[in-house]
Amino acid sequence: MKIFDKALKSYAFIILIVMYLPIIAMIAFSFNSAKSVGRFAGFSLRWYSQLLQNEDVWTAFYNSFTSAAVVTIISVVLALLMANALVRYKYRGGSLIDTFIYIPIVIPEITESLALLIMLYFIGMPRGFWSVVLGHATFGATFAAVVLRARIAGFRKSVEEAARTLGADEIQTFFRVTLPILMPGVIAAALLAFTLSFDDFIKTRFTTGPGFQTIPLIVYSSAARGGVSPELNALSTFSFGISILFSAVRLFTLRRGRYE
Amino acid sequence: MMPDAVELINVSKRFGEVIANDDISFTVRKNEFFSLLGPSGCGKTTTLRCIAGLEEPDSGIIKLHGEVVTNVPTHKRNVGLVFQDLALFPNMDVFGNIAFGLKMKKVPEKEIEKRVKTMLELVGLKGLEKRRIHQLSGGQRQRVALCRSLVPEPDVLLLDEPLGALDLKIRRRMTEELRRIQREVKKTFIYVTHDQTEAIVMSDRIAVMQAGKIKQIGESTEIYSHPKDPFIASFIGEAVNIIKGVCEKPGTFVGKKLDKPVKVEAKEGLVNIPAVLSIRPERIRVARKLRNLDNILDAKVSSVLFKGMYHEYEMETGDNLVIKVFVPYVGPGTTFQVDDSVQIGWNRRDAVIISSSE
Repeated sequence: MKIFDKALKSYAFIILIVMYLPIIAMIAFSFNSAKSVGRFAGFSLRWYSQLLQNEDVWTAFYNSFTSAAVVTIISVVLALLMANALVRYKYRGGSLIDTFIYIPIVIPEITESLALLIMLYFIGMPRGFWSVVLGHATFGATFAAVVLRARIAGFRKSVEEAARTLGADEIQTFFRVTLPILMPGVIAAALLAFTLSFDDFIKTRFTTGPGFQTIPLIVYSSAARGGVSPELNALSTFSFGISILFSAVRLFTLRRGRYE
Repeated sequence: MMPDAVELINVSKRFGEVIANDDISFTVRKNEFFSLLGPSGCGKTTTLRCIAGLEEPDSGIIKLHGEVVTNVPTHKRNVGLVFQDLALFPNMDVFGNIAFGLKMKKVPEKEIEKRVKTMLELVGLKGLEKRRIHQLSGGQRQRVALCRSLVPEPDVLLLDEPLGALDLKIRRRMTEELRRIQREVKKTFIYVTHDQTEAIVMSDRIAVMQAGKIKQIGESTEIYSHPKDPFIASFIGEAVNIIKGVCEKPGTFVGKKLDKPVKVEAKEGLVNIPAVLSIRPERIRVARKLRNLDNILDAKVSSVLFKGMYHEYEMETGDNLVIKVFVPYVGPGTTFQVDDSVQIGWNRRDAVIISSSE
C-alpha cells in the first residue's frame, strides 16, 4: 500500500508540473535577454522596460484597471443586496432566484456574450467602457454573491438585534455591525470580481468598441499578429502576477476573517 | 405613585399556527428582579422580545414607566437585552462592545472611558479592555454582555437565559453574581429562564408560564409553598408529592389511595371537585411513633437515598402510594432502613389543596 501511496503522490506532483510548465516557461522567457524564444541567453529586464515605454500597453492597463474597479463596485453592491435578501428572508420565488443566481456560472461565456452583443445592438448602446463594464458585472455580481452568501449564512441575527437594543437605528446597525462583520466576505468577493474582470477576454472582445483595449485584448491581438515575442511574455507575466496577487490577498482575508 | 417599570396588558402573539403569547398581562415594579419561568417553548422569550420591541405583538399594550411603547422601535425604548447567545460584536474588542451603547447615545469620549472602566470593575474584568471576544472564557463573555447592556443605563434590563451556555458550577456562581449586580446598580431586571432553582434564588417575584399563558405570579416562597395548579407544584422545587382525591367537606381530603381521610385547611370553593393534595418532601416528618400532628399515617420504607445534607426516603403508604420524604441528616443512628415500619405525618398547613379540574 505504501508504494501505491507514493505512486499516487508522485502522479499528482507530475500533473501539477505538466500544468504549470508552460506558465513557468513563459515567465522564465520574459526575463530572457535574447530575442529568440528558443534559447535562454541570460537574465534581463529589457522586455519589461520596453513594455513600460509602450503607450498602448499603458492605455490598456488603465482601461483594464478602471473597468475592473467599476465592475467590482457594481458587483459587490448588487451581490450584497442579493445575498442578504436570499439568506435572511423567506419569500415566494426565493428559491427560484437562488437557482438562477448560479446559472451565469455555467452558461457558456460565448453564448452570454453573443446575447449581450445582440442586446447592445437592440437598445443602441454605444460599445466601449460602459458596455464592457455591463458585461463583466453580470458574472462579477454572480460570483460575488456566491462568496458573500456563504459569509452571510453564518451571520447571527441576534448581533444586529443587540445593536438595536443598544440604541442603534437600522443604518447605524448596518454600517457599524453588519458590514464590518461581513467585511472579509466583501473583500473576498471584491477581489474575485476584480480578478475575473481584469482577466476576461471573451466578453470583452464581444462588448468592446473601437479604441477600447484591455490587457487581455492586446495580448491576444499581438499574439495573433506576430506570434510569440519576449515582450508578450513579459506582458502576460505581468497580467498573471496581478491575478495571483489578488487571489492570494483574497485567500488570506478569508482565512484571517474567521471570527471564533 | 411611581408608575410600574413594565406593564403588559392582554398581549398576544402568534407565529403562524403557534400561539406564543396568549393574552398575557403582568406588571413589573421598579427595581424589581422579576423572572419569567417556564419550560422551553412556553413563550417566555417571545414575551421578552415583545418588551424589547424585537417582536410586535398582534394585540395588547406594552407600557414602560407608564408610557405606551407598543409601536416604539427598539432603539428608542431604552431597554437593555442580554441575549441567550450573548450576541457580542466579534469585530470589536471588549471596550468597543461595552462602549457601543454609549457611542450611540453620543456620550463624550472621556465619560465613555470612565463609565466602561467602572462597569468592568463592577463585574471583575478590570484591565481586559483590549481583549478580543474570542480570547475570553465563557464566564467572561457573559460578563461583557452584561456590561454592554447595563452601561447605557437602560430603564429595564431583559435577560434571555444568559447563563444557558455556561457549565453548572460557573452558572451557580453567576446566579449569585447577577443578584449582587442587580442590587448594586438598582435596576429593573426581567429574567427569562427554564431553571426553577435560578428563578427561586434570584427573583423578588416569579411569573410561571406554560403554553403561552401566565399560570401564577408571586414571590418565590409563595409560588413554592402555594402553587396554584399541579403543573406549577411539580415544575417548581426539587420534588413534590401529589396525591389525587377530593375534599368531601371543607377541611377533609379523601385521597384515592390513602387509608383514611386527612385534615387540610378548609377552603369552600374546593369541595367535591377533583383536587390534589400537594406536599413538599421536606415538610413531612418521619419517626417510629409520631404524636401531636394533624395527620399521621403508617408507612413502610421502600427506598433510601443518602444525599449528603439529607436522606431521600420513599415511603409506601395506603394503597401502594409512594410518598417522598426528605429528612435532614443529623448524625449516625438517626436513619431508617428499607422495610422499616414507620409513621409519616404533617400538619394541615404543610400541605396545599389544588383544584385539578381545568
